[in-house]
Amino acid sequence: MRSYVPGYEMESPKTLVEALERMARESGMWKPFAGGTDLMVLLEAGKLAQRKFLSIWKLPELRGIEVSSSHVTIGALTTYSEVRRHEELRREFPLLGRAAAETGSVATQNRGTIGGNIANASPAADTPPALLVYDAELELVSSNETRWVQYHGFWKGYKKIDLRDDELIRSVRLARTTNSWKHFYRKVGTRRAQAISKVCFAGAARVTEGKIEDVRIALGSVAPAVLRATETEQFLRGEKLTATVVRAAQQALAREIAPIDDMRSTARYRLRVAQNLLAEFCQSIAA
Amino acid sequence: MRETARKIQVRCEINGKPATLEAYPMARLLDVLREQAGLTGTKEGCGEGECGACSIEMDGALVNSCLVPVLQAEGAAIRTIEGIANGTELSAVQRAFIECGGAQCGICTPGMILAAKNLLARNPQPSESEIREGLAGNLCRCTGYTKIFESVVAACRAARPGA
Repeated sequence: MRSYVPGYEMESPKTLVEALERMARESGMWKPFAGGTDLMVLLEAGKLAQRKFLSIWKLPELRGIEVSSSHVTIGALTTYSEVRRHEELRREFPLLGRAAAETGSVATQNRGTIGGNIANASPAADTPPALLVYDAELELVSSNETRWVQYHGFWKGYKKIDLRDDELIRSVRLARTTNSWKHFYRKVGTRRAQAISKVCFAGAARVTEGKIEDVRIALGSVAPAVLRATETEQFLRGEKLTATVVRAAQQALAREIAPIDDMRSTARYRLRVAQNLLAEFCQSIAA
Repeated sequence: MRETARKIQVRCEINGKPATLEAYPMARLLDVLREQAGLTGTKEGCGEGECGACSIEMDGALVNSCLVPVLQAEGAAIRTIEGIANGTELSAVQRAFIECGGAQCGICTPGMILAAKNLLARNPQPSESEIREGLAGNLCRCTGYTKIFESVVAACRAARPGA
């Protein structure tokens, strides 16, 4: 049943400082609200538990994409559409643009944000696997400190992340070190558009003369949180891609993911598809 | 649940005219446009951002108005289906939908036309796959999509210089 709208408060602080002070003073009372593509769905379904929201949508401090010689820094309110349009991101971090293109429709991509995708912490979100592959770092701000954390390790469990009630994600930073790597992204859903993932796979590798020098793999929808497949990566590092190696890597992957049966798919199907996508990834980086 | 929020005034521009809306801050822009501004051309389908029937433009960007709290429309330039024709003269996209049979029951049509107009504004000569992607967020339960797709192709052709 639809929520009773007069029971929900929303305010729009004019600056980041004002927003953070409010969140510090009345800690836990105010939930940040960006493009609303997740929260408004809960409101419509009558499942929005929190009652007070701070609209951060217009805060200029959380917007923009900056390119330095070593990093690309993406403001938390950068929309999927902005990610797709950005030239450096498209060229150097293609998985992020692919993930953005796979998220919802044009209308969703115009409102959904990278920071929102991280903060919503859905295990089926499509940009987190790409961000994990690029070793993203997050800038978290509160009224009294700024801290940088690795995105890998930011998840603490199902829908649990290392973000305090008084903190906002300000930006996401990617190191410009994977430009010469091979990149692979594939989302498997019920249909091409507007579907939530059954399995989502992102990978990148540095391959020299058929040998994997370095590799990073991340998957969505196969565990309580989006995860880096570090055991599989470790196994693949230094290997040449033979059929035997790929089969053994598929077994390593099976040991570190924990897919479940739910409304969108089954554990068995997800395991098989995750392993198939790993094989497809290996094939694409060997080519 | 108790009423805890107070109504706010939201100043914006709707179809080129200044407007002041008064509503609870988390009221859906969709409802405020329909019930207060009287612009019932914008439809509700799913109410959860899946079907695109409530598509409008905000500052030139296509959005689902069911997912926008009215507070966030402050200062925005909004365009709804009522703002697509130039007076009584239909736009090329609207004419193409009529000529190609792109509309049946009509519920998805305003959203389809907004999505098509928005696509053509960004990309005047889209490829087939770009048209499909541009319309992917809009569901239709009547047409089987082919006639809608053909309508957009026809609108592109009509807009091409020398056509």
